[in-house]
Amino acid sequence: MLIAIIDYGSGNLRSAQKAFERAAHAHARKPQVRVTADPDVVARADKVVLPGVGAFADCRRGLAAVDGMSEALLEAVETKARPFFGICVGMQLMAARGLEFETTQGFGWIPGDVTAIMPDDPALKIPHMGWNTIRLTREHPLFAGIETGDDGLHAYFVHSYHLKAADPAHVVATADYGGPITAVVSRDNMVGTQFHPEKSQRLGLALIANFLDWAP
Amino acid sequence: MLKARVIPCLDVKDGRVVKGVNFVDLVDAGDPVEAAKAYDAAGADELCFLDITASHENRDTIFDVVRRTAEACFMPLTVGGGVRKVEDIRKLLVAGADKVSINTAAVKNPGFIREAAEKFGAQCIVVSIDAKQVNAPGEPERFEIFTHGGREATGIDAVAFARSAVELGAGELLVTSMDRDGTRLGFNLALTRAIADAVPVPVIASGGVGTLDHLVEGVREGHATAVLAASIFHFGTHTIREAKTHMARAGIPMRLDA
Repeated sequence: MLIAIIDYGSGNLRSAQKAFERAAHAHARKPQVRVTADPDVVARADKVVLPGVGAFADCRRGLAAVDGMSEALLEAVETKARPFFGICVGMQLMAARGLEFETTQGFGWIPGDVTAIMPDDPALKIPHMGWNTIRLTREHPLFAGIETGDDGLHAYFVHSYHLKAADPAHVVATADYGGPITAVVSRDNMVGTQFHPEKSQRLGLALIANFLDWAP
Repeated sequence: MLKARVIPCLDVKDGRVVKGVNFVDLVDAGDPVEAAKAYDAAGADELCFLDITASHENRDTIFDVVRRTAEACFMPLTVGGGVRKVEDIRKLLVAGADKVSINTAAVKNPGFIREAAEKFGAQCIVVSIDAKQVNAPGEPERFEIFTHGGREATGIDAVAFARSAVELGAGELLVTSMDRDGTRLGFNLALTRAIADAVPVPVIASGGVGTLDHLVEGVREGHATAVLAASIFHFGTHTIREAKTHMARAGIPMRLDA
């Protein structure tokens, strides 16, 4: 099994790589993890991971700048239905549109917009930065065996925008930050987390392990 | 609910921890990566490395430290010290840092904050503010930025600078009271609160922690969303877990599952 982590110049891929390698090492099938900017590797990968930090439009442009990468990604995820994991801005790119600084088209896998977080308590700081618990709005195989809810494990968030899904059925989990923040979205073979599983210690490593097992 | 963060900070010089870290089970107490792993296991919410390497030829040692830490620890890592160019930030992020803190360079050239935030996103740009309270007793509170480890006064008002740093794109502020740093008398809460109340971004309180109650005060009275300390953790006076349990008992929401 080959896991491709797409490298399009979006910051720190090292911790994502190490977290996936650790989970892969503990996995019975010993999947191979590759950080790659090569569309051919993405095209033949069994599973695809799209990290991303920074601004929505920057990430979209960065991805477009890698020749053939967007096409390879869309083919792997849409046509071949390979399991896909978007992280942070990589998750936000699953939306129809991003509204950070300028309006930018996303992949359109999850209808809805990426908009600024507006906590109902003005004392709450933006970015939403740090450890928060998440609440599942429905069952999902990626959360099998993971304790969630107010007394559950924590996930590490750093973001000022979040994906407001048009269809609540696409939201798997929310975090509370002066109102619900979209934490996890999923549809068919696609899943995305607003938080950073590679920085979320136990919860993150368990989630990645479940992704390696996931056969949507 | 979002939790308050406890952040141990390690001073690193020439790739080694300054003064060492007093944990019983460390193979090499001077190795920053060993210390990072211990703090990761102990439930620290983030880790901070402050690179105080003076000599130019040893400047690259921090990249190796960050690289090895990122391989071993799945927790957020902030690195500061000597960050002057966009290229410095890029190299630290590529090595595995999640956030980079910029200090003197931001004071000398505020445009650097904007350049850094535009390039890498506000979420990874921490502006570090070293300030001292400079008003005479009985006068209105006034805080001034100091650079070069607190030795050089700048004449710049700390609260005004904090506001402009955030406008330029800082995603977080690390506020160190230089008049308290190393004293173990607790944070300068007036400074922390003046800045925390003036900006929309998270503020990390730093400088002066001597007891666990000081950490509670930083959040409750200083309005910080994170507290940073060095010696009380490194010298083994308190564990991270003791700190977090103490804060939770005082009613502050803490992450205790790690």
